[in-house]
Amino acid sequence: MPIIEAHGLTKTYNPDKVPVHALRGVDLTVEKGEFTAIIGPSGSGKTTLLNIIGGLDRPTEGKIRVDGIDLSTLTDNQLIDFRQKNIGFVFQSYNLIPVLNVAENTEFVMLLQKRPKPERERRVEELLKAVGLEDKMDKRPSELSGGQQQRVAVARALAPKPSFILADEPTANLDSKSAFNLLDIMEQLNREEGITFIFSTHDSRVIERARRVLSLVDGEIAKDERR
Amino acid sequence: MFVKLAWRNLWRNKRRTIISISSVAFAVLFSAVISSFQKGTWDHMIDNVVRYYLGFIQVHHKGFWDDKTLENTMALEDIPAAAMNDPEIVPRIESFALASAGDITKGVLVIGVDPGKERTISSLHERVVEGVYLKADDQGVMVAEGLAGHLKLKLGDTLVMISQGYQGQNAAGAYPIQAIVRFGAPDLNKQLVVMPLSLAQYFYGTGERYTSLVVNLPNGRDDLDDALERMHRIFPPDRFEVMDYRELMPELIEAQKLDTAGAKLILWVLYALIGAGLFGTILMMTRERTYEFGVMLAIGTHRSTMGAMLWFESVLIGLVGAGIGILLSWPIVWKLYSSPIQLSGKLAEAYEQYGIEPVMKAAYEFGIFLAQAEVIFIISSILSFYSVWYVMKLVPVKAMRE
Ligand SMILES: Nc1ncnc2c1ncn2[C@@H]1O[C@H](COP(=O)(O)OP(=O)(O)OP(=O)(O)O)[C@@H](O)[C@H]1O
Ligand SMILES: [Mg+2]
Repeated sequence: MPIIEAHGLTKTYNPDKVPVHALRGVDLTVEKGEFTAIIGPSGSGKTTLLNIIGGLDRPTEGKIRVDGIDLSTLTDNQLIDFRQKNIGFVFQSYNLIPVLNVAENTEFVMLLQKRPKPERERRVEELLKAVGLEDKMDKRPSELSGGQQQRVAVARALAPKPSFILADEPTANLDSKSAFNLLDIMEQLNREEGITFIFSTHDSRVIERARRVLSLVDGEIAKDERR
Repeated sequence: MFVKLAWRNLWRNKRRTIISISSVAFAVLFSAVISSFQKGTWDHMIDNVVRYYLGFIQVHHKGFWDDKTLENTMALEDIPAAAMNDPEIVPRIESFALASAGDITKGVLVIGVDPGKERTISSLHERVVEGVYLKADDQGVMVAEGLAGHLKLKLGDTLVMISQGYQGQNAAGAYPIQAIVRFGAPDLNKQLVVMPLSLAQYFYGTGERYTSLVVNLPNGRDDLDDALERMHRIFPPDRFEVMDYRELMPELIEAQKLDTAGAKLILWVLYALIGAGLFGTILMMTRERTYEFGVMLAIGTHRSTMGAMLWFESVLIGLVGAGIGILLSWPIVWKLYSSPIQLSGKLAEAYEQYGIEPVMKAAYEFGIFLAQAEVIFIISSILSFYSVWYVMKLVPVKAMRE
């Protein structure tokens, strides 16, 4: 069963005033284990699509099923729980809670889920090792570089073992070295642990690493390549 | 976790938080000191009158309080036996007389007391500054210090009094001064003459009659309601009137209420100002974190959790401020409680003109401090509604586009 199934997704902002058609009928299926990039020019609807997949926003029309659940059947509060349990998010920047240190940020969602302390500690250690930040546990986000912050965001997103990770331009604010480093980590997690990543990007060097590339143009999928 | 988060959030902008906490602390300090002072001064004043003269409760012949003549007195045989045997019920006879010494004459207030029983009620014996306290069969009187001064009388001198006695008889007598007593309340200090009960009854020709029965409350004000109920049961309302101290001195109680209300108003204005400042802080603390709230919401934090955190942040500022304010005011209040300020000069005269003892004394009551903390708690909780409302209506996608 695919983890994401979308049919005829449209999204129109400001329908009453000057309507903006951010999505104009997107069909999409994502299987477990994919490493998929969504590309397209600015304003083509990448963020809008990711938000709808992630249950942060609702489509104007169309159906979206995630893990077999029709998101339109969930209330706002149920959606919050759904996101907490099923989806990991990495945003372009400022992902982390500034007053919490690296370890606390990483365990944040597990705390919301009231997981037992030993489990949380074990998981935090394991994840921070995976993203190469085991020595930065006690640092606040402001003491980290942008690349390190994004790696913590990936660790936090992975912590509750979601079905997939959505990353909206995760490398946009990083220098190329940090960008590659982040990509390496994501790729490794994908390869070795089968974690599904869907990320949007402008960056051609990042696009090269994707195994599937969806090109959005004006709110429609213009191309869907697998490599 | 969210307690920790709230606490750390406070210190993101140290300067702002310290300013907010200080302003709350200042308001609480000011308010606790003013309230303690205000309450203490009034309590002291009322206690002066109540404890050394009026008593908490008095029982009279019906109508006596409105028409204080000796015709409105109670005969011993009319008083329920239960009352006369009650050690906490102390009989008195009170009336007026004209006192003279040499060529000075002055209207005085005469009270005849049972010296033994009176000890429990008015601590009169503690007020003796010169001479010896009365005994039941003494033939002398005790004169208030101010009055003695006015009449230029000393211990051992003779006080001459004339008055109208029971049923129009002439009353006249000359009594040696066997003690000088000092009263805090200037009104009393200027006009009180205390006699043994039987001597006063003889002077006024009343026989075994009393104007009032004063009810002692061993534990003070706390016993008032119970005692009132008991008195109402003992004394049939068709023949007796039972009055508490608030009815006995309504002007003073009114003045206290007015003064308290005035002080409260000032404090509310102060709290409103502080509240406005606090609201500014809360407003900024909330709005500047819109993006962060968006992220928290996106990754699965419930709005209610965030609301609770924000409420706690406001309340923390409030309670930390209140705590500091209380800690600072505590020693000040204690000092003003344990060593009251004796006013002097013009201010003292002004006080005395209004019949008030020129002393400023703080009340030292936990409740006053607690009340400040409660007010602050309520204000900061109400103000935090803004932040709670803000996250309740927050839409993550919009929040994160900012
Ligand atoms: N909340 C909104 N209200 C109105 N218009 C919006 C809103 N969100 C997005 N849009 C518009 O919808 C279109 C698609 O926006 P979206 O953010 O999805 O594009 P994008 O591909 O992510 O662009 P970028 O590469 O710049 O991030 C744009 O024209 C944008 O201005
Ligand atoms: Mg975008």
